[in-house]
Amino acid sequence: MAKPYNPVSAADYLPRHLLQEIQLKRLQNIIKHEYDNVPFYRQRMDEKGVKPEDIKTLKDIQLLPFTMKKDLRDTYPFGLFAVPMNKIVRLHASSGTTGKPIVVGYTQEDVDSWTNCMARALAAGGVTSNDIIQNSYGYGLFTGGLGAHNGIEALGATVVPTSGGNTERQIMLMRDFGVNGICCTPSYFIHLCEKAAEMGVNVKALPIRVGFFGAEPWTQEMRQRIEEASGIETFDIYGLSEMSGPGVGIECEHHCGLHIFEETFYPEIIDPDTGEVLPDGERGELVFTTINKFGMPMIRYRTRDLTRIIPEPCPCGRTLRRIDRISARSDDMFIIRGVNVFPSQIESAFLSVDATALPHYRITLTRRPDGLDDMLIEIEVREEQFSDDMRKMNELQKKFSHEIERILGIRAMVKIVQPGAIPRSEGKAKRVFDLRNTTK
Amino acid sequence: MYLKQLSVFVDNKPGALYAPCSALAEAGVNLSSIFLADTKDFGILRVITKDNEKALNVLRENNFAVKLTDVLAIEIEDVPGALSKILKTVESMGLDVLYMYAAVGTSGKPVMIFRFDDADNALEKLRDADCTIVSSEQFFA
Repeated sequence: MAKPYNPVSAADYLPRHLLQEIQLKRLQNIIKHEYDNVPFYRQRMDEKGVKPEDIKTLKDIQLLPFTMKKDLRDTYPFGLFAVPMNKIVRLHASSGTTGKPIVVGYTQEDVDSWTNCMARALAAGGVTSNDIIQNSYGYGLFTGGLGAHNGIEALGATVVPTSGGNTERQIMLMRDFGVNGICCTPSYFIHLCEKAAEMGVNVKALPIRVGFFGAEPWTQEMRQRIEEASGIETFDIYGLSEMSGPGVGIECEHHCGLHIFEETFYPEIIDPDTGEVLPDGERGELVFTTINKFGMPMIRYRTRDLTRIIPEPCPCGRTLRRIDRISARSDDMFIIRGVNVFPSQIESAFLSVDATALPHYRITLTRRPDGLDDMLIEIEVREEQFSDDMRKMNELQKKFSHEIERILGIRAMVKIVQPGAIPRSEGKAKRVFDLRNTTK
Repeated sequence: MYLKQLSVFVDNKPGALYAPCSALAEAGVNLSSIFLADTKDFGILRVITKDNEKALNVLRENNFAVKLTDVLAIEIEDVPGALSKILKTVESMGLDVLYMYAAVGTSGKPVMIFRFDDADNALEKLRDADCTIVSSEQFFA
């Protein structure tokens, strides 16, 4: 279904050579700015023997050192800021899973640029000034809430800033305000639909037609489940605080990968082991350089997200290149008994047992006194899977466990639990609970 | 001739039985029979009630996974050997019993509740045998 053209999207259709010209100018500018103003990064570049003047073509970006999440922690809180504090108008911070959070700072120009990308993301999903958009991303230090909020307003649409939580009121407002679209995490929207059904509200009968879901990886099966349960069109939106927040990439109406706002975020795909840049089409780790952000530029930031750049042009006519939907974020990865495990692998095991829906689940990692690690996977039973015959229930539990063992190569304790037994998260779904004392 | 039995999936943890039972109690559902099967991980609560529809609704509203199945109720004499006699018949007919438990019928006599793998086949065979099959009307009379 073609979306109405919105002038805000003009930059999505720049001829490639013009786009590359802009990218190169911006890259050269940002590297000089970074070199002159961030001692940490200047030292990194000096160590590699590379000067800002060495960046003569876009390809020369490969001469530059990478930035890692660890670098943000090591320079906490403001060590990577490239402007004086009086130029910084906003701070955001992400929850640090291991102690210190990651802090990001924005100049007014940075906020405007972020807002512009977010507005274009919503426009790609057909949102116009006629729409009422409920923003259920958390407001606060998390970039999701305010990022989406600014974009909705910039587009001239009406924002309902519900933030996360209080699901019953969210459903009431959605119905009473005639909300057309929603921004939230996919798992929260599933929760919202379930709650609506409990309250006797038929989401399908409401005016809501579009959802922008991100901040956590989600599967194609989750998309089908959401679309079937709610009748809305879903758009995968990609972003991360280190870049700006939501609105780094977005699906268009063809839903075949996410367009990256390349004039702002320069993407590369690298081999995560060697750091070597891979050609378009090959799968590897996504790396971004923020070429239009001055408060805290990120040079070749390693996202830990695994994907590929899709080489073919998109039928929508946007010249912005696309990446595949993120199937695995290495942040969610955990290591147990020496094996790297992605929750998405466990999800695929569930779906190979029963493809109708992805169950709610929780992974708990514990360590025995003798040092051996255990993985407990609790899976909520769906009524369609339930049988009064104990043998069938034991078989179901065994099937889950066999599939998991087949896919991961290690054994997990699988336990089927009652529907609703696993607490729902109202923000980013937390699937993995690592109770091992990994600090020893 | 069948009786409808309601099964509920419950976690194997303290307090897990209270939630479904109190939900049924609040809805005013009277239980004629109740039986719990459990493994180390979970349990299946099986109840027989006259008010299946109400019970089903209230349990689903409370987010339980529930299922209605056909079971056969067979009345036996309250004397030693009555149960083994009926089990001998069942065995000789090659019927597969998934599970079985005891209830008390309105007559005061014991009623055995059988869940057969193939309920239709069991009903057909047991009808011809010398068995007192209790219908739903008789059970709740």
